[in-house]
Amino acid sequence: MTEPSELQLSEAPPGGLTRQGSLWGDAWRELRRKPRFVISAAIILVVLLMAVVPSLFTSVDPNFADLDHSRALPSGDAWFGYDLQGRNLFARTVYGTRASLIVGVTSALLTVLIGSVIGIVAGYYGKWLDSLLSRFGDIFAGMPFVLGAIVILTTLNAPTSNPSQTRIIVQVVLSIAVLSWPVAMRIMRSATLVAKQLDYVKAARGLGASPFRIIFRHLLPNTLAPVMVYATIAVGAFIGAEATLAFLGIGLRPPVVSWGVMISDSSNYVRTVPHMLLFPAAFVTITVLAFVMLGDAVRDALDPKSR
Amino acid sequence: MSESVYDGATGTFVSPQAREAAEAEPLLEIADLRVEFRTRDGVANVLNGVSYRVSVGETLAVLGESGSGKSVTAQAVMGILDTPPAFVTGGEVRFHGENLLAADADRRMAVRGDGIAMIFQDALSALNPVFTVGFQIEEQLRVRRGMTRADARKRAVELLDLVRIPGAARRIREYPHQFSGGMRQRAMIAMSLALDPEVLIADEPTTALDVTVQAQIMDLLAEIQRERDMGLILITHDLGVVADVADRIAVMYAGRIVEEADVYSLFRSPGHPYTAALLESLPRLDLKGQELRTIKGLPPSLTDIPPGCPFHPRCAMAADVCATTVPEFRHLGDGRASACHFAGEMQSRG
Repeated sequence: MTEPSELQLSEAPPGGLTRQGSLWGDAWRELRRKPRFVISAAIILVVLLMAVVPSLFTSVDPNFADLDHSRALPSGDAWFGYDLQGRNLFARTVYGTRASLIVGVTSALLTVLIGSVIGIVAGYYGKWLDSLLSRFGDIFAGMPFVLGAIVILTTLNAPTSNPSQTRIIVQVVLSIAVLSWPVAMRIMRSATLVAKQLDYVKAARGLGASPFRIIFRHLLPNTLAPVMVYATIAVGAFIGAEATLAFLGIGLRPPVVSWGVMISDSSNYVRTVPHMLLFPAAFVTITVLAFVMLGDAVRDALDPKSR
Repeated sequence: MSESVYDGATGTFVSPQAREAAEAEPLLEIADLRVEFRTRDGVANVLNGVSYRVSVGETLAVLGESGSGKSVTAQAVMGILDTPPAFVTGGEVRFHGENLLAADADRRMAVRGDGIAMIFQDALSALNPVFTVGFQIEEQLRVRRGMTRADARKRAVELLDLVRIPGAARRIREYPHQFSGGMRQRAMIAMSLALDPEVLIADEPTTALDVTVQAQIMDLLAEIQRERDMGLILITHDLGVVADVADRIAVMYAGRIVEEADVYSLFRSPGHPYTAALLESLPRLDLKGQELRTIKGLPPSLTDIPPGCPFHPRCAMAADVCATTVPEFRHLGDGRASACHFAGEMQSRG
């Protein structure tokens, strides 16, 4: 009569349940056992290391050009070969990691941060605040990305000016975030609309939780998953967006080295010097893949039901 | 095991006690509560003047079909109705004499959980899926009582023990989906008791459970209510579930209380034709093989409640006056009241 499953469960040995569980603690223990997480985290760590101390990987100056080597194929000396100007492509790829990663990760973070906060507030409070915030988001979402970025970046930098490295990176990151946050906001808003209908939000209110606590303590963990997936995809997309802007000559520009700058360098020589495109593009792909896998693993780990 | 419920293990109900409780200062009193839902299809009058009261140590069952407004009443009391579409248009909710509807948001929040707590029908959706059961109980203690993590955990284990969850110290680390339906509802009860509320509102606490578990949960609620001398409001559509534990029953129909009486009198001589029809539609073993009697027709649409008595289109006793005049909710003495023009006749007939 007293549910048999209950008895069996309570008699089962408490294997591995030695510590008390918090959402993040449980997620972390879960993650460490997943090959998907371990592999993607390892790739990301290597890429991060490349970004922080590129000199560990190569001693060649990425901007040193020797026209004797122009368009030379990969060899033992230069694993990735040389580009049109005779610059070592391996060194350039390694040194390009920093700018690409900074742009991809910070603009994804900023996008998700702005979008999530506005989205969850709009979704939870609804009514006029929702309309106001949603229409405000529509203004930015309605702008075509490339056109918007051109307008922003050419307004900030006169075509002939030569902005400093930091300045141009900050500008690119900000213009990507400003034009992309409505996507994160819509995802967060709709996840919130679904979650706030559920009884546990009402129950939390019924037991005296404040709106702030309900939103950030109870709703957020439940609505994070879809935004997290978007964020990992966005890192890749934004590394690509950086390349687009670099190609148009309004984003990062030489002497800054980034994967995007390298891809735009190669654009006219894809058929004659394919390795100029191949290596930076491969790095973009692998890094993006690692971020997507990481996001996937984290999302699964944050869902207690998948354990 | 299911017998223990029906053999009156909880049958401490004595009718003088109930009367005494009813005369005492009410803990929670709802007076003429009106709520409407403004929807695209028009205004639905969900509550049309609901009044009831609960005293210390008393159990009131609120009985009604789905859509009769019993849950809306509870949510209006808690102040957790979603506005829009719901708007409280009149009435008072008095807790210790203080009108909560006039209180500010902070005051209302302070009363929730501490003064009045609520148990939801479906514990699976009422518990947050991403947190352990323990965390959800401890959270209240930490935030509202300023307890340390360790103290809160100790108290949470005690609470789970109190609601008889076996292996509480271990199960406190589990997630809601790892609990069975009955255990989840127990955890939900433990959660609502964390701040020692004076009034507990249980909104169909057993509807999602199977019959044997229903009986256990009702026993548990009755026992906790007795031990703590809480006011308990049991919302249900199932007469059988509450018969043993309730002191008084309020019957709702179309957003009104149509009858209120102590349990024994209500079963012996219902004072409203709707209550009588409900009692007749209970399946009975001694009438096995005969057709089950039902109430003909459907409850009225709340956007279009018939004039006069809302029950008259379905009522066997309906007369001309029923279609024109809304019957007053009249006291019949003995702590009973009914909203029927022919309440007196029903009484003498019964």
